[in-house]
Amino acid sequence: MTFLRATLAVITKDLAGELRSRELLSAMLVFAVTVILIFNFALELDVKTRGTVTAGVLWVTFAFAGSLGLNRSMAIEKDRGCMDGLLLAPVDRSAIYFGKMIGNLLFMLLVEAIVLPLYSILYNINLFQGGFLGVVFLGSLGYVSVGTLLATMTIQTRTRDVLLPILLFPLAIPVIIAAVKASMGYLQGLEAESIRPWLNLLLVYDTVFIAIAFMVFDFVVEE
Amino acid sequence: MIVVRKLVKRFGLKAVLRGLDFNVEAGEFVALLGPNGAGKTTFLRILATLSRATLGEVSIAGFALPAQAAAVRRRLGVVTHLPLLYGDLTAEENLRFYGRLYGLDSLNKKVAEVLKLVGLFERRFDLVRTFSRGMQQRLAIGRAVLHDPEVILFDEPHTGLDQEACAMLDNVLREVAARGRTVVMTSHDLMRVSELASRFDVLSNGVIVASVKREQLQPDQLLAFYRQAVQQDSSSNPIHLAQEENQLR
Repeated sequence: MTFLRATLAVITKDLAGELRSRELLSAMLVFAVTVILIFNFALELDVKTRGTVTAGVLWVTFAFAGSLGLNRSMAIEKDRGCMDGLLLAPVDRSAIYFGKMIGNLLFMLLVEAIVLPLYSILYNINLFQGGFLGVVFLGSLGYVSVGTLLATMTIQTRTRDVLLPILLFPLAIPVIIAAVKASMGYLQGLEAESIRPWLNLLLVYDTVFIAIAFMVFDFVVEE
Repeated sequence: MIVVRKLVKRFGLKAVLRGLDFNVEAGEFVALLGPNGAGKTTFLRILATLSRATLGEVSIAGFALPAQAAAVRRRLGVVTHLPLLYGDLTAEENLRFYGRLYGLDSLNKKVAEVLKLVGLFERRFDLVRTFSRGMQQRLAIGRAVLHDPEVILFDEPHTGLDQEACAMLDNVLREVAARGRTVVMTSHDLMRVSELASRFDVLSNGVIVASVKREQLQPDQLLAFYRQAVQQDSSSNPIHLAQEENQLR
């Protein structure tokens, strides 16, 4: 109960702060929309090619926008020493991780909820399919779970803005590849059998990294 | 209330604390003095459970660190020169957030009480980023005492405050001490701590080199006591000593 209450407190705090400042969401959203527009004008794709590149374009956009959000989310904790304030609370420190991770996931999903309809209109492609949206959720969860852990580590360094993408992207390669392949499968209307291995990889990645973060967060945040 | 035995803290090969012994009785207000780099902040971070000792034993309110860190944190309030507050939340929202983390009941009543204690009740709906440095530091004390801790650690709380803000902060500190809480405060400001603390310990080169109770010392003798303690250590900075002498004058 204490764990859940602490997790909810962190999520609520992040949402309330962002609702007021809109720094994190606006940065992510402007970046994501700009990238989508650039791709739209740069690629000038025909209908057939669109189906094959859509997944890649979307996940590259989500990954870069996500890393912006992760950096900002942890910078808020570094500012005014707030991370120490969180660590002084008499709760399991993994509750802080889960609070931050779920908050980051909500921000990323919100940006995706705005970007996907925009992409649908610009590229004239239907993205609102149950399977595809499920992949977006699982991919975002995996990306944010490892990203939140790494952002907690890099926030202690002077070069955190540069260091987070350098550490995050190599570790996120499996989740990005699996998400792109599974998304492409759904958008091209492939059979479930050919998509399932990528979905399994996404599920395993999410489970493994959430479990690792749960176990190591206490050590990561200590000096 | 606080028992520390043979505490050692190393960062790589550099030992910051070198077998430090330290005891504080319940209700004492201990001022921890010492030159820059003596290890005061490192020591307080270990007491605050924010850092682990390399060697040695630490217990607070009967709970050993790091094994019973959560129990210690429940009994501990910490104020540093950073406020540990969120600028985009109001004063009340900040306290309510920390209250929820500590699992406090009757949160509305406690938040209102603390805001009155630190003199910010009228500003409770204002964003913390609109507060002056002094107001933020008073709210930081409110955050630290919200869960009514038995032990409060202050790490140079006067840093960056003007004279008026320091005076207001001192009033809050006196109020907190008058409630019988155990307080450990690091400071470079000998004049201020001479009026607040009941005991003065000098930390130099990672060990406590001198300790004296307030009743054993006249206020104007504190600088001489401090100089004598620190000068035993040849690596102490004479410029720093001169600065503190000026502050006392």
